[in-house]
Amino acid sequence: MEILSQVLQLLFSGLTVGSIYALIAIGFVIIYNVTGVLNFAQGEFAMFGAMICISLVGMGLPLLAAVILTMFIVSVIGGFFERLAIYPARNSSVPTLIIITIGVSIAFRGIAILIWGTQPYSLQPFTKNNPINILEAVLLPQNLWAIGISLVSVFAMIYFFNKTYIGKTVTACVVNKFAARLMGINPEKMSLLSISMSAGIGALAGIVIAPISGASYGMGMMLGMKAFVAAVIGGLTNAPAAILGAFLIGILESFTEGLLSSGLKDAISFAMLLLILFLKPEGLFAKASGKRV
Amino acid sequence: MDKKDLKKIYNNSLAGPLIITGVLFLLPFVVQSNYILSIMIIIGFYSLICNGLTMLMGYAGQISLGHAAFYGIGAYMSAYLTSNMGISPWISMLAGMIVAAIIAYIVGIPIFKLKGHYLALATLGFGVIIFTAFKELKEFTGGLNGFFGIPAISLFGFEFHNDFRFYYLIWTFVILGILFSRNIIHSRIGRALRSIEGSEVASDAVGVNIMKYKLQVFMLSAMFASLSGSLYAHYITFINPNLFDVMTSIYLLIMVVIGGASSIWGSVIGASVFVLLGEVLKSVIPVIFPNAGGEFEIVFFGLLLVITLIYMPDGLSPQFEKLVSRFKSKQGLVPAPAGVKSEGAESGGDQS
Repeated sequence: MEILSQVLQLLFSGLTVGSIYALIAIGFVIIYNVTGVLNFAQGEFAMFGAMICISLVGMGLPLLAAVILTMFIVSVIGGFFERLAIYPARNSSVPTLIIITIGVSIAFRGIAILIWGTQPYSLQPFTKNNPINILEAVLLPQNLWAIGISLVSVFAMIYFFNKTYIGKTVTACVVNKFAARLMGINPEKMSLLSISMSAGIGALAGIVIAPISGASYGMGMMLGMKAFVAAVIGGLTNAPAAILGAFLIGILESFTEGLLSSGLKDAISFAMLLLILFLKPEGLFAKASGKRV
Repeated sequence: MDKKDLKKIYNNSLAGPLIITGVLFLLPFVVQSNYILSIMIIIGFYSLICNGLTMLMGYAGQISLGHAAFYGIGAYMSAYLTSNMGISPWISMLAGMIVAAIIAYIVGIPIFKLKGHYLALATLGFGVIIFTAFKELKEFTGGLNGFFGIPAISLFGFEFHNDFRFYYLIWTFVILGILFSRNIIHSRIGRALRSIEGSEVASDAVGVNIMKYKLQVFMLSAMFASLSGSLYAHYITFINPNLFDVMTSIYLLIMVVIGGASSIWGSVIGASVFVLLGEVLKSVIPVIFPNAGGEFEIVFFGLLLVITLIYMPDGLSPQFEKLVSRFKSKQGLVPAPAGVKSEGAESGGDQS
């Protein structure tokens, strides 16, 4: 019973962290699919989300309003990011674009230091945080919120991309930019839309994790890099596979932390990244025929 | 052009480095400030790493987000071998470079099969893993508490224990490193590297062994970084893993990009701009934002990086070269401006 409850406990925390990685990873995949840019600043959207939301709640705004307003603000930041940094360099080479997003990400971190300083903040849990006991393992309601919100977002995204008109135009740009342009879709507009949307989702991820692990200016970098690993596990272009990858990484990390040492969890994730890049760069869940969309 | 002319051009091209060497030599006598000297020494460390990284990024067109790892390998090798085993600092330095080169070779074989985004991610992953090793291998590195009491370096009983002496040591290495790189760049290997940067497919087709050259330049850049790390350990006498984290790799990248990845001198320019700007910002910002603490200056480095890449993708060194060529009528062998680009065309295609 002892071992079972421990495994269950690690599984809970793995799923929670995994759901946060999943939200950020979806943003990566969307941006990568539409613009071909690997966005190193994605984790910083989560950081902005957490910090802005904490500030708004601190001003006395009700939580729900603060969340919605935060997502809107971060989406606008994402839009500016696209117009000012990605759009002018859209014809540059891959390394140049990568370095530009790295530049933006450290600029964002610097801005966060100037606004909020270096001290950590915290956000109160969304609902009363009475622990729920399942087989002697403890599950906090906030963990359920994290997993629930990420699942709802994933289904909302699937609905958006497959059932709505705007979503379908974005998907069209992913499938074939040139043909989409011929059909009267403006891929540049879609690039703006996809980046600000991913920024909004990233912000949500940051808000959800803030009550669990706190928030500080530096939280974005590791979140972003872990989401990268998740996206690579999914082959960079496949959103559902990236979500599976995110949960895989989350669980792997929580078991490493629980059974070995917390210092090793970053190395384990990145060892996983290297293994996949070396052995199966098309992603863990790619079909044998594997034409990437 | 017969051989005599080539020799003349080469000798002319040495004029610039000679003048710079002269200025650097006289500097400590002119400015008698330990603060300025210590800043110049830091610039020296970064110039040495960026020298190798410029060859990798600018000439061969490969990105690396994990170079702080090699910097750290050199520093920890020197620290451990000199402090715990009593080996001479010079032999430890050499050992560090050899270990860095071997690791670069082993890691390089699978990594350089990757391109574009995947290469960037793989080098990033490598950097994180080595950083974790520095943190976790406590019996060798002292973990997060750091490694104390690294001895000063000395040559024939002459100890480099103060800023004045160390200044000459580090800049001797920087100048020698630059001359070494210049000779490589103007050799067959250098031309091969630039052809890889231009187009991998084309250089492969004309018989350039891409993998071999990429590996060689990666190993060389790792050795430069390791050398710099060893010297740094002896200068500062205390190291901890946070000096070699991902942020350091990104700082190195910023220096290379700002300096301009297409000229070896760009490494010195980039390192100087980075360090000097950092110092200026550290004294100016707290006046404007009294609450600011930590590494707030990164906001400016980030913006500088983005603006440089959008408006001046070749960095600052071409501007410097324009300035220099106005003063001298005979142009030396100046490498063609290339910027940080590589297989953009091929990798750009995988989204369609």
